[in-house]
Amino acid sequence: MFLPLIIISISYIQLTPNSIKLILVLLARNPQFLKLLYIELIETFCVVRQNCHQIAKETAAKNDRIRRTRVIELQNAAYNYGGGELLSEVSLKLAPGSFHFLTGPSGAGKSTLMKLCYMELTASAGQVRMFGKDVRGMSRDDVARARRRIGVVHQDCRFLDHLPLMQNIALPLTVSGKDPAAETENLRELLRWVGLEHQENARPQELSGGERQRAALARAVIMSPDVVLADEPTGNVDAEMSQRLLQLLVELNKMGKTILIATHDLALIRMAKTQVNTRVLRIANRRLQLAGADL
Amino acid sequence: MSKIPGMTSLLATFKTSEGSAAGVVPATGHTAWLTLFASGAMAFLAVFALALSLATGRVADRWADELARTATVRIAAPVGQIAAQTEAALTVLRTTPGITAARALTDDEQNALLAPWFGSELSLENLPVPRLIEIIENTPGYDTDGLRLRLAGEAPGAVLDDHSRWRAPLVAAANRLRNLGLLVLILIATTTAVIVTLAAGSSLSANRQVIAVLRLVGAEDSYIARAFVRRFTLRALAGGAMGTFAGCLAILLMPDPGEVAQNNFLTGLGFVGLQWLWPLIIPLLAGGVAFWATRTAALRSLKELT
Repeated sequence: MFLPLIIISISYIQLTPNSIKLILVLLARNPQFLKLLYIELIETFCVVRQNCHQIAKETAAKNDRIRRTRVIELQNAAYNYGGGELLSEVSLKLAPGSFHFLTGPSGAGKSTLMKLCYMELTASAGQVRMFGKDVRGMSRDDVARARRRIGVVHQDCRFLDHLPLMQNIALPLTVSGKDPAAETENLRELLRWVGLEHQENARPQELSGGERQRAALARAVIMSPDVVLADEPTGNVDAEMSQRLLQLLVELNKMGKTILIATHDLALIRMAKTQVNTRVLRIANRRLQLAGADL
Repeated sequence: MSKIPGMTSLLATFKTSEGSAAGVVPATGHTAWLTLFASGAMAFLAVFALALSLATGRVADRWADELARTATVRIAAPVGQIAAQTEAALTVLRTTPGITAARALTDDEQNALLAPWFGSELSLENLPVPRLIEIIENTPGYDTDGLRLRLAGEAPGAVLDDHSRWRAPLVAAANRLRNLGLLVLILIATTTAVIVTLAAGSSLSANRQVIAVLRLVGAEDSYIARAFVRRFTLRALAGGAMGTFAGCLAILLMPDPGEVAQNNFLTGLGFVGLQWLWPLIIPLLAGGVAFWATRTAALRSLKELT
């Protein structure tokens, strides 16, 4: 009857020389006690081990959940270009619904970092994970399918000049096997959203810089991606158009999309900070760091 | 057309593919014409190679068949004994099992045989020309060695020639020509594959930017490759059909060499009866070769380009 109490006491009380002596005396008087003590210790060990397994499992699941919730994650990534290292030990975690700015001087590697994020370039060192998967283990088709969850606004827009605007915007739908004709209304609504409803049959080369950027944004969001990456989206437009583009990106962020904008337009960053909670990162000396309080 | 089962869905697939994969890749004019022309030219040559192969096959079979059933006995005896030995040989031949008929060639027939060398004015009476006896054997044939021994006993000047000495190399030559025709067909198919591969490679390089954009918006390699494969396969099919039609027409319009010259493989070049169906496989072969060549080239190039 007192045995469990003794065992619990042993488990919780720090063993001193005196208490060990006491246990030994008890053992000498009652050999049956030794057997019971042995069984109790084994059982206790099994319970402890089971609990340890459970804790480890829960921790792994928690880590996995955290990893999965990060749409794009770079860990100590590096990129070599032309023999020299352009980016070094870059770590970046884009959580769902976050709004990030990436800034830095020209040639610092902003576009390269963006390209690493959508796998146009492959990191020469470190790890890049996309939606929880290490990109090194992804096949070309896996990469293609992952890119459908990432909308990219390129600095030079990258349209197919032989196709009218509507077909260019519908391109992600077309390549993913969806029928753009069935999405005509959505496409028109999207064109209205970016203010290009009267340009649906225009060729990309007939559009102004601002119109091309807005069209690129429309193409980037047509698949309702989880993350939108914009590389200098306001590089070729005036202040008014910059504000409008930013407004569209803020709206997307409020819909839950993760946004990463590479820009050297500090005014744009300050403007965004008044509207949305942003995190500003800066590339300096090949490394990524949080920008100072001035931003 | 829509009443044919399966045709509607095939056309729908065709249309869908045009709207999706092939539609987003701009057509490259020069490679289109090059592929069409090359495929047509190769198909035209393939028709002739096929005709050559089939014609030599026919000639080989005919020679093997006809020469195997005939033999000749030559009576080379002094002039005074020719008639007697001819009669003795004919008696032996007519009583030999396995021989259907045996007859001595007439003077006119022998004159005709010698005319190419001595002219038609030659009189055999002035020359010690051996008499020839033509033998036609039946299916099991006769015992050659036994016949030789009997002829040696009854007509010492008789020499049996069963044509085996020169028949075998002749048939072998015809068979080699047939195989040569098939080899030419294989070379044509390989050349078509090379041309299509080069044209597809050129087209892929010309569309490098388009491919890069398609990859960036999430296109899988198979999707991009499909656009090129479909385009080049259709071009090869169309070119192959045109080349085959032209080749068949050329063979059809070749002058008729006449009954005698049909035995010659050069003048007897062409198709007979159901053999006219053989050229129909040429466009399909061209399409198949183009499909395989373009797909291989496209998938390899896509990995290099993007």
